[in-house]
This record gives sequence, C-alpha cells and structure tokens, in this order.
Amino acid sequence: MMLDIKNLNIWYGGIHAVKGIHMNIEKGEIVTLIGANGAGKSSAIRAIAGLVKGYKGNIVYTRSGEAAVSLSGRPPEEMVKMGIALSPEGRRILPQLTVEENLRLGAYIRHDKAGVAEDIDYVYGLFPRLQERRRQKGGTLSGGEQQMLAVGRALMSRPDLLMLDEPSLGLAPILVSEVFSVIRELNRQGKTILLVEQNAFAALKIASKAYVLEVGSIVIEGTGEELLQDSRVKEAYLGG
Amino acid sequence: MFVQHFINALGLGALYGLIAIGYTMVYGILRLINFAHGDIFMLGAYFVFFATIQYKLPWGLGVAIAIVGATACGLLVDRIAYRPLRGAPRISALISAIGVSFFLENLAVVIFTGMPRAVVQPPWLMKPVILGEVRLIPLGLMVPVIAFVLVSGLLWVVYKTKPGLAMRSISHDIETTRLLGVSVDKIIALTFALGSALAALAGIMWALRYPRVEPFMGVFPGFKAFIAAVFGGIGSIPGAMVGGVILGFVEIMSVAFFPKLSGYKDAFAFVLLIVILLIKPTGLMGERMEEKI
Ligand SMILES: Nc1ncnc2c1ncn2[C@@H]1O[C@H](COP(=O)(O)OP(=O)(O)O)[C@@H](O)[C@H]1O
Ligand SMILES: [Mg+2]
Repeated sequence: MMLDIKNLNIWYGGIHAVKGIHMNIEKGEIVTLIGANGAGKSSAIRAIAGLVKGYKGNIVYTRSGEAAVSLSGRPPEEMVKMGIALSPEGRRILPQLTVEENLRLGAYIRHDKAGVAEDIDYVYGLFPRLQERRRQKGGTLSGGEQQMLAVGRALMSRPDLLMLDEPSLGLAPILVSEVFSVIRELNRQGKTILLVEQNAFAALKIASKAYVLEVGSIVIEGTGEELLQDSRVKEAYLGG
Repeated sequence: MFVQHFINALGLGALYGLIAIGYTMVYGILRLINFAHGDIFMLGAYFVFFATIQYKLPWGLGVAIAIVGATACGLLVDRIAYRPLRGAPRISALISAIGVSFFLENLAVVIFTGMPRAVVQPPWLMKPVILGEVRLIPLGLMVPVIAFVLVSGLLWVVYKTKPGLAMRSISHDIETTRLLGVSVDKIIALTFALGSALAALAGIMWALRYPRVEPFMGVFPGFKAFIAAVFGGIGSIPGAMVGGVILGFVEIMSVAFFPKLSGYKDAFAFVLLIVILLIKPTGLMGERMEEKI
C-alpha cells in the first residue's frame, strides 16, 4: 500500500473538521475523495501534504522499494522530497512569476537540469496552451490555464503520488473534460493519483476507488463504478 | 562645481540605496520592517574600523571581515529575534525588531564606548584627480560604481537563480512555496544575509566618506534609507536604488544651491515621504502588496 490513512482527526480550535477517517491508496490507482463544500476534503489532503499541524491519527507512506514511514510532524517541503505533490485548491499560481518560472519552481528540489527541461516540455505536451504562454505572468492566465499550470507544476517534482484538490473548480465544462482526460492519461502512464472533487460524476468515472466524505466522516466507500450506481450517491451527488 | 555635487549626490544616494535594499527585501518577504538593519550597517563600519585601524590588517581583508561579521549578525538577528515569531501577529515581530535595534546600539556603546572614533582614510582613496576645473577624489567615484556592480549582482541573483526564484515566490505566497519543496527559512536567511552584506558595504563606504564611526551612526541613515525604500516602492529592489539616489540628490543639491536650508537637510526625506504617500502610496516602482495570510 502506498498511503495508509488511519483514524485521521483534524480540529480547528473547537471545530472537529475531520472525524477519524480511514483511507488507503495502492500504487497505480486513481483514488477520489468526494463530498460537499465544507465536508473536510481539503483538510484531509492538506494533512497528507504536511500543511495541517497537530492532527491526530497516523498517515503511513511507503515509497516503492523503501520502508514505510509515518508522515506526521513532517513539514510540506519534506513531503515533496519524499515524492508527494499537491496541486492545491484555488490553484495558487504565483501571479508575478512567468508560466515557465512557476514550472521551474515546481522542480525546485531537483538538480538534474536536463531532466527538468525534459519535464517542462512534457508538461507543454500535456497542455499546449501553456507553451504558447510560457513567458506570460501566471496572473494573466485564465482560470482554466491556471489550473493546467497548477497540475503541471505539481508534476514537475516527478512525484510518486500526485494529489489534486478540486482541479475542476470554476472551469467551463469543456475544460473540465480536458483536465480530467489529462488526469486519466497521467494515470495510464503509471502515476498514482489522489483526486479531491465536488464534481462527483467526473471523478467517479475515472476512479478505481472512491470515498464519500460528509461533515468530516466517510459515509460510503467502494469502487468508482459501485458508487456511480449507489442510490445514496446518485441522490446526493449526481443530481438524482 | 556642479559635477562635484553630482558625484557627491550620486554617492550619498547610492549608499542610501544599498541600505534601502535590505529593508525592501525583508519587507517584501516578511512584511516586516527590520529596524535592526541600520545597526547592521553600523556594525559593518565598526568591524572594518577595528580590523584595519586597530589591528592594522590590509583593507581588503578588513572589508572581508566586516562583510562576514555583519552578515553573521544579520543572520543571528533573524534566527533569534524573528524566526521564533514567524507565526505570531506581525506587531510582535515589529516590537522585536525595535528591541533588537536598541539592544545592538546599546551593546555597541558598551563594547565600543560611545566615543566617536576617527577613521584614517587610505591616502590613495583620497588623492584628488584634477580634470580641468573639476577636482574628484577616487573614493567619491568608487562609491557609485561599487554600488552599481553590487546591485547588478543582486538583481542577477534574484532574477536568474533558483534561490532568487524562491525569494520572489515567498514574497507572494509562503505556503505554496513550501508546498513546492522550498525550505522557506533558508531562503529568508539568505535574504537577511544579502541585505546585511550590502548594509555592511554601505557602512564601510560611509565610514570612509565621513571618516568616523559611532554606535548611533546607523540610526539616521537607516531611517532615511527606509524612507527611500518606501519612496521607491517597498518590495522593489530597483525602486530602493532609485529612491536612495533621489533622496541623495535632494539632500545634496538643496544644500548646495540653497545653503540657508542646510539646517533642514534631515527633514527632506520626510517631505519626500509625505509627497509620495499622497500621490502614489505604493511608491514609484512598487506594486500593491497583499496582506499575508
Ligand atoms: N484554517 C481553518 N481554520 C478554521 N476552520 C477551517 C480551516 N480550514 C477549514 N476549516 C473548516 O473545516 C471544515 C472543512 O473544511 P475543508 O477541509 O476546507 O472542506 P472542503 O475542502 O471539503 O470544502 C469547514 O467547516 C471549514 O470551515
Ligand atoms: Mg476544499
């Protein structure tokens, strides 16, 4: 198992935002975590990335060929070095840096210049619009382009586990399908992906495993297919 | 006559600019006014004084010692006074900055005594060069040239290197920068180191120009350099330099052409500050700074 989340609890002051969830991710899977706004999805994914201080429970990570390690207490910059990258909610593109500088920053931990140049071209191959705008400031991109850049930037550290927090947020339907087809393509190329989404239908269609989060608790889990057929999921998340 | 005033103003302005860069870089990244910065400038001057005049070391070595010493002090200030307060409300770091500044000034009084000490200028720096009507001393010419080289080097670091990329990124979004694998504390330390090294060099040149050192010598230049940084647009390195040079020109030229105003010399900086804050609150080359979350 690549990632094993055991009894994860997160509090913000008095708010118990994540209430003892269990999740696991196998190498090569797309796992999705769906749920309404405020369910605690971002909190969970941010905890994995090292951005939540003082959570309870354990997150155990196993990089292929290495011993299992606990992630708790490690800072975010260490996670990247261990092969975990997050494309955060809201994209968080650095507005004053160019598209290419944003990508280079994603490769900050790497020292193989040639490999980085190759990967920049790889990202441009995935998202040709980014190449056209490579010298443009990140802040001048459209929402969809920024999302592509956020995904591309997370790829630049060559992560073993790619985590995406709501990559479809605020995108036009055509762009949503473009982003999702790239996610599927990345998975076909062997990337393990944890996908947090409110767009349940699109996420379940590409996921091998799915969890539904409701006010901090996982209420349903199963394969993507099973959940697409589940009456509770249909009713609450797929518009009946 | 005018050429002499011009070189003089350029030199003074370049020194303000070099100090201003330290304020502007730290503010750009941490939204913190590092009040201790003027005292790092003072320490740089003292270190070179002790190395070359007290201990008779060669100037090159003395300058190197001063840079290393002042940079180490700048790093210590960050480590001891600011880093533990990273997560705290900004006012806490500001109060800490004021405290450190008082501490360094008074420590300097204790260690170096409050007596101003004369700096013996190396003769080759002071030997006038006569060009027609104009008498120039090498020191006066060297200051702007050195400042130009230093700033070019700094801009290269900030815009062409990986740590520079991380610096620019931190100034917009610390959390995302960490998420991309940057050890933010290291980059902040680098920022303090660069700012302190430039302040030390400014302190050395200042000590040579007004040939003396004293524990409070950093207070006014520091204050004015901070104003120059705000005038130029806080957060902008070219802005800090331009702000410094403009302030240098205003001070030198007003006194040169209106000698009666010389008593008010130190007030010009504040007039400039008020004018820019009324006309363009972000400063000449500044952009709006979003508050840090
Ligand atoms: N930094 C924070 N401080 C306080 N409360 C927070 C913070 N982040 C999230 N919350 C609260 O935790 C709950 C879960 O939020 P979040 O994890 O962002 O949910 P989701 O990503 O599913 O929309 C919400 O009630 C939210 O208001
Ligand atoms: Mg969220």
